[in-house]
Amino acid sequence: MASAPASPPPPKVLLVRREVAAHPRQRFYLAEVLVGLRVTAGHFFRNMGRWMRGQKGAVTYQWPEDRRPLASRLRSLHRLVRRDDGSPRCVACMMCETVCPAHCIYIVAGEHPNPDVEKYPTRFDIDLGKCVFCGFCVEACPEDAIRMDTGILEFSAFSREGLVYSKDVLLALEPAGADGLPTMAPPAALVRRGFE
Amino acid sequence: MVDLGIAFARVAFIMGFVLNLGGLLTWVERKQSAVMQDRVGANRASILGFRLFGLFHPLADALKMLTKEDFMPARADRVLFLVAPVASVFFALSGFATIPFGDVLQVGGREISLQAVELNAGVLYVFAMLSMGVYGVVLAGWASANNFALLGGQRAAALMISAEVAIGASIMGVCMVYGSLDLQEIARGQGAYWGGVIPKWGLLTQPLGFVLFLTAGIATTKRAPFDFPEGESEIIGYNVEYSGMKFGMFLMADFVETVVVAGMTTALFLGGWQVPWLFRDGFHLPGGLLIGLPHLVVVLLQVGAFVTKVVAMVWFLMLIRWTLPRFRYDQAMRLGWLGLLPLAVLNIVLTAAVLLL
Repeated sequence: MASAPASPPPPKVLLVRREVAAHPRQRFYLAEVLVGLRVTAGHFFRNMGRWMRGQKGAVTYQWPEDRRPLASRLRSLHRLVRRDDGSPRCVACMMCETVCPAHCIYIVAGEHPNPDVEKYPTRFDIDLGKCVFCGFCVEACPEDAIRMDTGILEFSAFSREGLVYSKDVLLALEPAGADGLPTMAPPAALVRRGFE
Repeated sequence: MVDLGIAFARVAFIMGFVLNLGGLLTWVERKQSAVMQDRVGANRASILGFRLFGLFHPLADALKMLTKEDFMPARADRVLFLVAPVASVFFALSGFATIPFGDVLQVGGREISLQAVELNAGVLYVFAMLSMGVYGVVLAGWASANNFALLGGQRAAALMISAEVAIGASIMGVCMVYGSLDLQEIARGQGAYWGGVIPKWGLLTQPLGFVLFLTAGIATTKRAPFDFPEGESEIIGYNVEYSGMKFGMFLMADFVETVVVAGMTTALFLGGWQVPWLFRDGFHLPGGLLIGLPHLVVVLLQVGAFVTKVVAMVWFLMLIRWTLPRFRYDQAMRLGWLGLLPLAVLNIVLTAAVLLL
């Protein structure tokens, strides 16, 4: 009978006592306390001095009164671009709906009275609860009909339905100003649901 | 009748000063820590749109604590559970009674010593009240029927013993130099000068005692870096079962103790109400120049100096509280017994030797 394979020897338990050898100054502690106090007191007086001179001492942006500058390429809330007559530039080609990785765009196409335009969206919903803000819809659009340049970042809602933006709401949105900040308040939740 | 009125006025001044400063410390704590850490700090509480640098936050805090659910564990000791926060605040508040906030005020032939209670053993009284404060914490830990709370109370007791021994020993040096246990006498003694120029403040006559007293004093306030009775990240502490204003009273007691320690440090080491070169008749500048001042102005200057020193000391205690991380339990014990106590004894011996020579 072959004996059972020898089990590996049990690992040696090593009692390692890790003690970082402290510098005598650190062991005395009081000197290090003073070093620490110098750092914190330095911050205190520097910030108080800035405050006295009317400058900003803190790194905080006091939202919502005080907004951070936004990058011009930032992808914010979508909007549908309008033609001169106020109708959507969108021709319901379904490119954005197809490319959307989150499947958050829902379009129903209708026949446009102008035969040159052929189609227009009778419904254009974006579910922001699903949207990942990748910007593919903007890239895919052949008509430059959808943009993410409103600068609006605050579009919370109390329900999932409240995050579904309909065509009318998206059409009414305006692009951000030159400073990248929104030129209009985010639409109210009830309007978004189309309950007007 | 007049005596009663005077006594009442003195107590009212001290209570008003300590309670207001203690209440204000919640604001100071938030704002000072914020400024030290490049933040803004609490500033959202507003009345009619006025925010006033967040000064309404203490009011909002009190309102919140008064309206919160007042919870008591089913197995708690009902009486002790109620007594604990009261004891904590009571001993903290009464600690300030013998600390002088000015010299003698002369009104209508009377000489009023500006302190709430004239006691010839004032140092011992403050010391006793600071020590008694631990009863509130230990009772809270015991009465909560919660092991974490009990652990916190036990830690507080251990901390208090190791810190109080050092605090008592470090005060002795000051008492020896100024030859009195009366805080008013000690404050007067610090009005002497070396060569008529350098004031004999406790900070200069007892530098080692100052450091020891400050360290042990911070320990008695149970705040960081000695906040392991609370230790909110590990055992939550003696106040774990407390909510509402009962919890607020423990918070209040900590802040008031900070004020008491600041006042005690001022009285013992920073010259109390002394303004350099200010005597009862005005300034005697080192060059021999005399600027005469009326009595009332002198008294107001002294009280102002005392308040300024206490506020500066509170600022310094806050600075320490927001700079140093918490000691481990055994580290603080070692610091108390093997660091502070031998040094305090050494301080006594050195002081005695210097005084004899």
